Amino acid sequence: MNPSASADATTSALVSRPEHSVDSPLAVHAMTVAYHRKPVLWDVDYDATAASLTAIVGPNGAGKSTFVKACLGLVPRATGTVEFWGQPFRAVRDRVGYMPQRESVDWDFPVSALDVVCMGRYRKVGWFRRVSRAHRMAAMSALERVGMADYASRQISQLSGGQQQRVFLARALTQEAELYFMDEPFAGVDASTERAILEVLREIRDSGRTVICVHHDLLTVAEYFDRVILLNMRVVAAGATSETLTDDNLHRTYGGRLTLLSEASEQLARSGQRQP
Amino acid sequence: MTMQTFLTLDLMPMLSGLLAAVTCGLLGNFLVLRRLSLMGDAISHAVLPGIVLAFLLTASRAPLPVFLGATASGLLTVGLVELIRRVGRVEPGAAMGVVFSVLFALGVFIMARGGAESVDLDPGCVLYGTLETLAWTGPPETLGELFSLQVLGGLPRPIWVQSVTLIVVVIFVVTLFKELGIAAFDAQSAAAQGISPTLMHYLLMSVVAGAAVASFEAVGSILVIAMLICPAATARMLTDRLRSQVIVSAIVAVATGGLGYTLAVFVPLGLGWRFTPSVAGMMTVVAGAFVALSIVFSPTRGMVARKVRTRRLARRVALEDLLARLFRAEEEGAPALASADLSRASRGSHPAGLERAAKSGLVSIEGSLASLTDAGRAAAAAIVRRHRLWEGYLVDRAGLSPDHVHEPAELLEHLSLETELPIPDAGADPHGKPIP
Amino acid sequence: MIESSEPTRFMSDLVETLALPVRELHLVFFGGAHNTSYVIIAAALLGVAAGLVGCFALLRKQSLMSDALSHATMPGLVSAFLIADAIGGSAKSIVVLLLGAAVSGVLGVLGVHWIVRNSRLREDAAIGIVLSVFFGAGIVLLNYATKHASTPAAGLNHFIYGQTAAMTRPDAITMLAITLVAVVACVALMKELTLVCFNDAFASVSGWPVRRIDLSLMGLIVLVTVAGLQAVGIILIVALIVIPAAAARFWTNRLPTMLAVSAGIGGLSGYCGASLSAVSPKSPAGSVIVLTAGALFVFSMLFAPARGLLPELVRRLRVKLRFAVDHALEHLALTADQSIRARPLPIGRAMRRFLHTKNLISLSDGSVQLTPNGLARGRRVARNHRLWTQYLVQYADIAPSHVDWSVDQVEHILSPELVAELEAAIAEPPTNPPPTQSGVSS
Repeated sequence: MNPSASADATTSALVSRPEHSVDSPLAVHAMTVAYHRKPVLWDVDYDATAASLTAIVGPNGAGKSTFVKACLGLVPRATGTVEFWGQPFRAVRDRVGYMPQRESVDWDFPVSALDVVCMGRYRKVGWFRRVSRAHRMAAMSALERVGMADYASRQISQLSGGQQQRVFLARALTQEAELYFMDEPFAGVDASTERAILEVLREIRDSGRTVICVHHDLLTVAEYFDRVILLNMRVVAAGATSETLTDDNLHRTYGGRLTLLSEASEQLARSGQRQP
Repeated sequence: MTMQTFLTLDLMPMLSGLLAAVTCGLLGNFLVLRRLSLMGDAISHAVLPGIVLAFLLTASRAPLPVFLGATASGLLTVGLVELIRRVGRVEPGAAMGVVFSVLFALGVFIMARGGAESVDLDPGCVLYGTLETLAWTGPPETLGELFSLQVLGGLPRPIWVQSVTLIVVVIFVVTLFKELGIAAFDAQSAAAQGISPTLMHYLLMSVVAGAAVASFEAVGSILVIAMLICPAATARMLTDRLRSQVIVSAIVAVATGGLGYTLAVFVPLGLGWRFTPSVAGMMTVVAGAFVALSIVFSPTRGMVARKVRTRRLARRVALEDLLARLFRAEEEGAPALASADLSRASRGSHPAGLERAAKSGLVSIEGSLASLTDAGRAAAAAIVRRHRLWEGYLVDRAGLSPDHVHEPAELLEHLSLETELPIPDAGADPHGKPIP
Repeated sequence: MIESSEPTRFMSDLVETLALPVRELHLVFFGGAHNTSYVIIAAALLGVAAGLVGCFALLRKQSLMSDALSHATMPGLVSAFLIADAIGGSAKSIVVLLLGAAVSGVLGVLGVHWIVRNSRLREDAAIGIVLSVFFGAGIVLLNYATKHASTPAAGLNHFIYGQTAAMTRPDAITMLAITLVAVVACVALMKELTLVCFNDAFASVSGWPVRRIDLSLMGLIVLVTVAGLQAVGIILIVALIVIPAAAARFWTNRLPTMLAVSAGIGGLSGYCGASLSAVSPKSPAGSVIVLTAGALFVFSMLFAPARGLLPELVRRLRVKLRFAVDHALEHLALTADQSIRARPLPIGRAMRRFLHTKNLISLSDGSVQLTPNGLARGRRVARNHRLWTQYLVQYADIAPSHVDWSVDQVEHILSPELVAELEAAIAEPPTNPPPTQSGVSS
């Protein structure tokens, strides 16, 4: 990544939106999240850097997806606040994009790749109205951007894992958001798709927007992302990849389970007590 | 009501209802556990064409052909659902919906068009049975005659069929209890141990089909469905172990049958009502009432029990917070706090926390001031200790920053863990406070 | 029962009834048509509405919720009858009855949600409990109504299995109105329902009120169920919601087409079923409608070109055959090109005859020779075989549905650049063999 280019992009983003210039795209404060009453994230604080490509990294069950879902209000927060550019999610919904995990949907659903991408525009289309030609064109160009234009009319079950992932990415692109949450965009894709997706993510970042990805592959974190959040029930460390991805931090993230904290979580779940 | 009328008119319907309830109730446990409740629903609808066709083909009500025909159509349902789900790639719920509704429609159609007269089944009795018509024409005069061959031979045919079915079901459940249990809990490990889940599935389904058929004629399909699901569901709310669940479900089934019959027959009779509710309908309502009651009042899992637990916990948390607050004030050199402040600070829904603390001798109130008693101080020290140990743990082990650990510790201090909390590396909590 | 002496009369009656609504279509709008026409048209439209709503219910995996809902209408239906009877209203007013049915149907759905939320029981058990218990309660209420109401309650029985013959014109018009509302709402909400059915988390993040959209789907199911009570009946209305949608799925992979086919199947079932039932009042309309739908389902499952069993089987066999042919030709071509030493031909007599009829080989006194066509194809297969292997080695991400693609189509799957790259990777590209060779004659 070219630091000066990124700085320029940041500046241009700031210039174009002066009213939010002081606020970071995502500010999480003291967020505790319980899944089925069992706390999985303890007291998370996080400030996202604008125009960055950030990876959320941690072992299985560390609460990576939960972090994203809690930020987006898909999972209720027990405590804490989440603000986007200093505002609650409700107010800035249109500026936030989301790419869920590929496994979260039924890929045998009777829709084509283009139909799925159009779903990213539904909010702009509005209640009851049909998807207009202009929206369809926008969806088509998003498909082109991820190299899937030839597959637009194909039913989604006839796509490979990597192609399905690209369709999801295209749908996120049509949302034209400024902050993207992506849940495992690189999971189960082939090498060429991985390159293609990464290229798109970098383009997004270079245009001054922010991407936060749940990422499972430690080997590629340093190469792909410029910032990283190390997560394991709590934020172990967060910051620039080069400084944060140290052996010590990784050891604290992946090594040694917090047995007492897990035991406490179990007991809280059993006690049936809702979080205060 | 004399003994004689009871024996003639009531005993057989009641017995038939009870037999159906227990037979279906026992099997239901495995359906509910395997999330196949609706397969029971599907089968009990889909046996209809089998029964009707067997009636028509054999032109008789001989039990064996009818039983075989209906069981076959029950198994056909299971197979067709599987076929449509796998090969047709249709979601299981929808596959069941397609199969049972078409087969049931087929049964109704043949019954209405072809042979209502010869079959003496009508669409109504398919749903709610003919319990009321079961009479014992030759009841014994004395108890001693009960077991004579002649008397037993005079029992209505459905009672015989149902009794034999119940015995078969009991033998099935008892001998294959272990296998059914593991196949329901973890099909893969069952397969690994050489218990074919497919075989168990079809075995269970054929027994369910048989039970449905045997009960169908007497109590109708609706009660069969209710009994396949409700007693097991009730038992599931009341127990945590499969063995006790099966036993409880049998008891619930008996209670459902008895109470349902009483409400449908004896109560209206006693109160002199003009209408007699359908026995099967009433039993179903009772079965539903048991489920609802168990959901609300189950001592371990019920809504009330959970509410009470939550309340008790909240009360304890409020009390502990109060004691800790007084303890911290003492540490800072204030031996008493204004009770008005304390009441306000404790959780809004439990303003009585202070009085209760005073009553249990943990806090003494003098005038408008509250202070810890010796017992209270000891209790408070334990809480504050846990709080500070947690803070230390969260900083040392979890790597949270010291200004972030107070909130989680406020929650964690109220838990009593089996594992001992370690003394923080610094010997004091992250804010430098001593560990009591 | 069909009088066996008069089957012809029955058939002509049936044909006449089937044609009746069409002949009277102009009268339907001005009020001069037979009752039967209204009833048949209403049943057909019910099928259309159920077909549309059913698609979304199927995709949202809520098919069997409608079973709980329809059974749960029973106590409300009878209660409405009793209440109307008690306050001296017209106890048989269809609007009152259906309103009662709708209320208790909704209560049933809420009951399922209540059980799932407050207990450890799963949705399937909750549905089973609600449908049997509500229906049982309905039966008990019906017993009461039969004895105590001043209006005869016998007509309520028809709601269990459906009885078109007993429907009056206002009944049919009420049904028509409700189903029209359902159809319009379903079409209007198509986009929103699709989104929520496909990916509710995404819908929620992008600001759609998922809960409210789910509620409106439930509302649509309520409308269809209630509208169908009289014609199809409580027990079987679920079939009209499940079957057309499940059948339509076999025909297409596109939702708009699926909706259209499902509506068509539903409409056809309603139309035929109601006509048949009108001709012979003894057959319960519900069962006839459902059997029609069931027949269409079986036909769809077996023959629908997109996902039906037989077309699928034919496709598989054809691919298998093509593979076998390719394999034989590849072997012959390699032998002919001397790439491998002559080996016994791996093809049986049947295959030889087949290749001969396809003009891929020529048979002259027992020796087998490739025609130019056959040779070209054999070489192409050999080359693609290597390309494909190369590709699999380098990029192991293949769509499951591509696995049975013939090697013949490698070029279509792979981009031209990739093919070039792969060709370069193959040490000895078999692309330029000499144009003619010994052993090949035309």
